[in-house]
Formats: sequence, structure tokens, C-alpha cells
Amino acid sequence: MEAVAKKTMKQKVNNVLGANPLDARFSIALFIVAFIAFFIGGVLGLLQGLNRAGILELPTWLNYYQVLSAHGVLLVLVFSTTFTIGYFYAALSHTLGGLLSKVRKLGWIGFGSMVVGVVFVATTIIMGDASVMYTFYPPMAASGWFYVGLVFLVIGIWLCAFGAFINVADWRKKHKGQHISLLAFFAVGVFVLLFFGSIGVTIEVLMIIPWAFGWTDTINVLLSRTLFWSFGHTLVNIWYLTAVSTWYIAIPKIIGGRQWSDTLTRLVVILLVVLNITGGFHHQIVDPGITEGIKFMHVFMSLSIGFPSLMTAFAMFAIFERSGRKKGAKGLLGWIKKLPWGDVRFLAPMIAMIAFIPAGAGGIAQTNNQLNTVVHNSMWVVGHFHLTLGVTVVLSFFGVAYWLIPHLTGRVLTPQMNKLGVIQTLVWTVGMALMSGAMHYVGLFGSPRRTSYTTYGDNATALGWDPYLLLLAVGGTLLMVGVVLMVYIAFNLMFFAPKGQTEFQIAEPEENAAPTPKWTERWTLWIVLMILVVSMAYVIPVVDMIVNAPPGSPPFRTW
Amino acid sequence: MKMHRSEEIWLIIGVAILVISMAITGYQAFALDMGTPSGLETIDPQKVDETAPFDKPGVYKTGDNEYEVVMTLQIFSFTPMDIEIPAGAKVTFVMTSKDVVHGFQVAGTNLNAMVTPGHIQRATQNFDEAGEYLVLCNEYCGAGHQMMSTTITVK
Repeated sequence: MEAVAKKTMKQKVNNVLGANPLDARFSIALFIVAFIAFFIGGVLGLLQGLNRAGILELPTWLNYYQVLSAHGVLLVLVFSTTFTIGYFYAALSHTLGGLLSKVRKLGWIGFGSMVVGVVFVATTIIMGDASVMYTFYPPMAASGWFYVGLVFLVIGIWLCAFGAFINVADWRKKHKGQHISLLAFFAVGVFVLLFFGSIGVTIEVLMIIPWAFGWTDTINVLLSRTLFWSFGHTLVNIWYLTAVSTWYIAIPKIIGGRQWSDTLTRLVVILLVVLNITGGFHHQIVDPGITEGIKFMHVFMSLSIGFPSLMTAFAMFAIFERSGRKKGAKGLLGWIKKLPWGDVRFLAPMIAMIAFIPAGAGGIAQTNNQLNTVVHNSMWVVGHFHLTLGVTVVLSFFGVAYWLIPHLTGRVLTPQMNKLGVIQTLVWTVGMALMSGAMHYVGLFGSPRRTSYTTYGDNATALGWDPYLLLLAVGGTLLMVGVVLMVYIAFNLMFFAPKGQTEFQIAEPEENAAPTPKWTERWTLWIVLMILVVSMAYVIPVVDMIVNAPPGSPPFRTW
Repeated sequence: MKMHRSEEIWLIIGVAILVISMAITGYQAFALDMGTPSGLETIDPQKVDETAPFDKPGVYKTGDNEYEVVMTLQIFSFTPMDIEIPAGAKVTFVMTSKDVVHGFQVAGTNLNAMVTPGHIQRATQNFDEAGEYLVLCNEYCGAGHQMMSTTITVK
């Protein structure tokens, strides 16, 4: 009894005094790495954009594909993963009454492993031994140490995932019959996906390492691609799920509203976890070696991920309308005016959500097989993921940074910094609209992705792409301004903003909210269902790829 | 877990759109034979030059205004280059890679396929409009990836 009283006391103190300093230090360390990666990745992005428009010729010691590999690894792997883990560890610490000390230790070891991994990966790329993009499709082979770095990165992620599981299991043991907080529920979903989603790519990397070091002769190319994409698209949806958690939990609080139905929100998490991993197949719609029947089944697999997003779209508009009407909004759309547009903690994630309307629609279109052949590997795809990740995910993460970083460091977001944040958000939005818009358009005309500036010998078709590529560079330049502003804001909130208290943004449930049913907590069942869906999707084609495999390929270094 | 009536209607409409898009995709693929390139034959990627039909890459007439292009992709070129065909021709491309993963895309058409070592990829296209079409590799394949292109001239 005393222990329970102590715990609630601790939680109250936590709410008043801010975060547990030991837990906060861990999250801040991850955010520092995240924003450094974001800055370097952004600079490299600008270099590519300018080169792609034909404005900038890169020096011979800095190859376009080297820059592109580093840009992808830093933003897609490092920035997103470190931010996600930092955010959810802060969430677990806040909503479960602090991290267990062994979990914190596990987290730090995981963090160390990730840093070692990034050092290996970055060094091999800088030395020019790993210009293989973050997708590293065999039989293109980087230095073996590149893949060793990836192993360290994955081990780090797994340690952090297990830390989260241990903390949640401990809390549940001590709070029998209670629900874990909604935010912790999201965290469990994300870490389950991080762990199970990375198993395939880990197997791939373990196949590659002996081959890259020359201990084995050949590799199965198609199997490697398939294992990679079982991870690649899951990763994308992990960030999306992270962004969605802030929409359901922080945004209602910021706009002065209440949380959406707890049960329906948990159902969205469960669906995204169960249906997710199989989505990766839509990256292989025009691959040889996979039958049309399997490819058609995967249209269903990919489209089904759209369902929970439809639920989310409804929930968000309902929250906005409800809170607006409570504040006295009239008419059909009067609630729009009641939203706090000048508050960057709302504005950034709101634009993130709005961007997901065309981004999600574009995704649904291009996952339909025949439509995919129109845009596969074209600039359209690059435009698509700069809209989904570059706007929807990134602006949601920034929205979190504005209140979570000061919460963790015991500081406040000043009105001046808020204003700068609004400017950052607008610059980012315009930059991405120009860049992503130009990419979508020029992709439809056939301009390929991952290609440095070329006219293919002054080919008329290729020359026709130039105006769009120039627009792309203009957008990219604006984005660089956005990068500098955001990095400045993030580090200001970490080390220089005025001292004070900032609340962790968690919305309250409605007063008449129905209790959440017990079945939502049955994680074993959700994981079993997920494995069933994954088996349904992958067992037949993967067995086929192994049994009917052509002779393998030796490693190639083509850069 | 009670859903609002309007949420049910919203979800039903959303799901209907997804189902219709899937039905159209399936109809096109299986009834109209518009399925995506999915060549299932395999080949030893280290013996492409000795294996038929890739020992003799080129353009072959197979029927009345029907052609087959036997093509190898290698860093950083297509073989054969600068293909010429008459307008209205139905052309089937039979392709494989001699080294890394390449892409085969013809700008201005829906021809778009991955060409991976070890597999023989097939894609068919009707070239009704005369003109010069740009063929390019759309999968990063190395330092000279941006130079890997050729043309198809339809007369």
C-alpha cells in the first residue's frame, strides 16, 4: 500500500517538477544525435538538389551517389530512429512513473551500440567504400564493415525495444487489471514492429557479410531484395505510427479538446501492427521471379494498411470539430477558426496531417500494380516519400520537439521561439510543396530517381525535365533554410531557452468516455495475428525464391 | 466500442474505394492481360553470354508487325543499342542483367521493369506513335548510372 502511495506521489511530483532527470538525459542524448544527423543529412540533400538541377557540379572527391547514400542513411535510419526511441522512452518514463534503472541501462547500451553502428556505416560511406544507398541491393557490394555497422545499429534498436517491453511488463505486474497508458500502448506497438520488422533485414545482412568479405562466393539477389523490403516499408510505417501517436494524444490537449475514443485509438494501433510488415512487397511490383497472383494478393495487403488511416482521418476532424464547438464555434466550418493556428505545437502537426491527404492518396494509387508501372523508380516516388516522411512524419516530430525538449530540460518555449517555429513550419511547407510537387510531376514524365544530373546526350525528352528539376532545387534551397532554423530551435530548447516548467502534452478522455475493453491488452494475440499475416504473405514466395533460385551472383563494386 | 453513424458511413465509402481500385487492378491484370512484368525464367548470371537467347542479343521479327528484342543490361549500357521498329509494332522485350540490378524504363510509355541478375524479365508494349523514345536505367547501378541510356526509334 505504501509503495502504491509512494508511486502516485512520485507521479505527482513528476508532473509538477518535470521529467526524471536520469530518464530525460537519455532522451536528450538521442535527440542531440537526431538533430545532428538531421543537419548533416539536410546539407547533403541540398547538394543533391542543386546537382540534380544542373546548377552544381560536385567535386571529384564527393560523388553524387556517395552523398545520396549518406543522405538516406542519416535521415531515414539515424534521424528517425533516434527521435522515435527518444520520444517513446520519454513517454514511458512519464506515463509509467519513471524508467526502471535496468531499462535505462539497457537503453544506454543500445544507444552505444547504435552509435558504434553509425560510425562504421558513416566511415565506410565517407571513404567511398559504401556508395550502395540505404537499400544496399546485392549484388552491389560495399565494404563488409558497412554491413557490420548495420548489425550494431539493429542490435541497438533491439536492446531499446526489449527495454521498453521490460518496463511495460513490470508496470503491468504491479498494476494488475489496469490499462497501460495510451501513449505506452503506442510505444509497445512501435517497438513490436521495430523488432519483428527488422528480423528479415537482419537475416539478409547476415547473408551478405560473409559474401562481402569474400568467404562465400554468391548471393541470392531476389531473396535479399525481398528480405530488405519486409523491413524497409515497415520502418516507414513505424515513423507514421509514431507521428499518429502525437495526433491522438498531444494535439487534442494543445487545442484544448479531449481525447478520441480510447478503444478505437487502440484498435488503430493494433491494426497498424498486425497489417504492417507485408506492405513491403509493393516495392517489387515490377520485379521478375514473383508471380502475378502473388503480386495481386499484395495489392490487398498494401491497401489494407489504408484502413486504420481512414479511421484516423475521421477521428482527427471529429476532435477538431468537437473542441471548436465547445468553444462556441457556429455553422458547418466555424470550428476551423477556433483552432490555435498561431501555436506552432499545433500548426506543425496540423500541416503534417493535411499533407497526408494527398500523400496517402498518392500511395494508394501507386500501390495498384498497373499504376505502379507508370511511376516505379521515377522521381514520383521520391516526391511521394518527401511528402509522407518529409512533411507528415517530420513536421509531427517537430511538433513534439517544441514541448517535449523543454519538458525534458526544464525550460520553456518562449513566444519569440514559437514565432520562429511558425516561420520554420511555413518555410518547410512551401519548400516541400515546391520540391515534392516538382518531383511528382517530372516523375510522371519518366525522370528516374537516384540519378545525378544528366541529359542523356542532350536527348529532347530529358531536356524537357529541366524546368521541373530547377523548381526542385528552389524547394530544396528553402528546405535548407528550414533545416538551419529547426536545428537552431532544437538546440536552443535543449540548452539556452529560459528555465521553467513545460507540461508533457497528454489529452484527457471525455467525461462520459466508455471504459476500454480488456481485449485490447492481449498483445500475444496481436503478435500471433501479425505473424500469421506475415506468413500468409511471405511463406509461399520466399520458399519459391529459395527452392527455384537461379545460380547466385558474385559481389560487384561498380562505383 | 461504439462507432458514430457518420464514422461508419465514412469507413464504408473509404473501403469501397479501396475495393473498387483493387477490382480494377485485378480485372486489368487477369482479364485484359495488362499485368506487370513478372518474368519467371531463370538463368546463370555468370554465363549470360553463353546462354541462348542472350548469346545473340538483337531485334527479331516474330510475326506480322510483331518483334522480340533480346537484350542484355550491363554497367552502363543496353545491348542492342538504338533500336528501330516500324510504327504499330508490338514489341516484347526479353531481358537479363550481366552484373548488378538494373531498371528498364522507356519514357513516355508504361514500360517499366526491374532487371535482376539470375532472372529473365519480359515486358510487352505496342508502339503506335512514331518518334524517338528515351530508354534509361532507373535503378542505381554504379558510378555511370546516369549515362546508361539508349533510344527506340519508331518509324
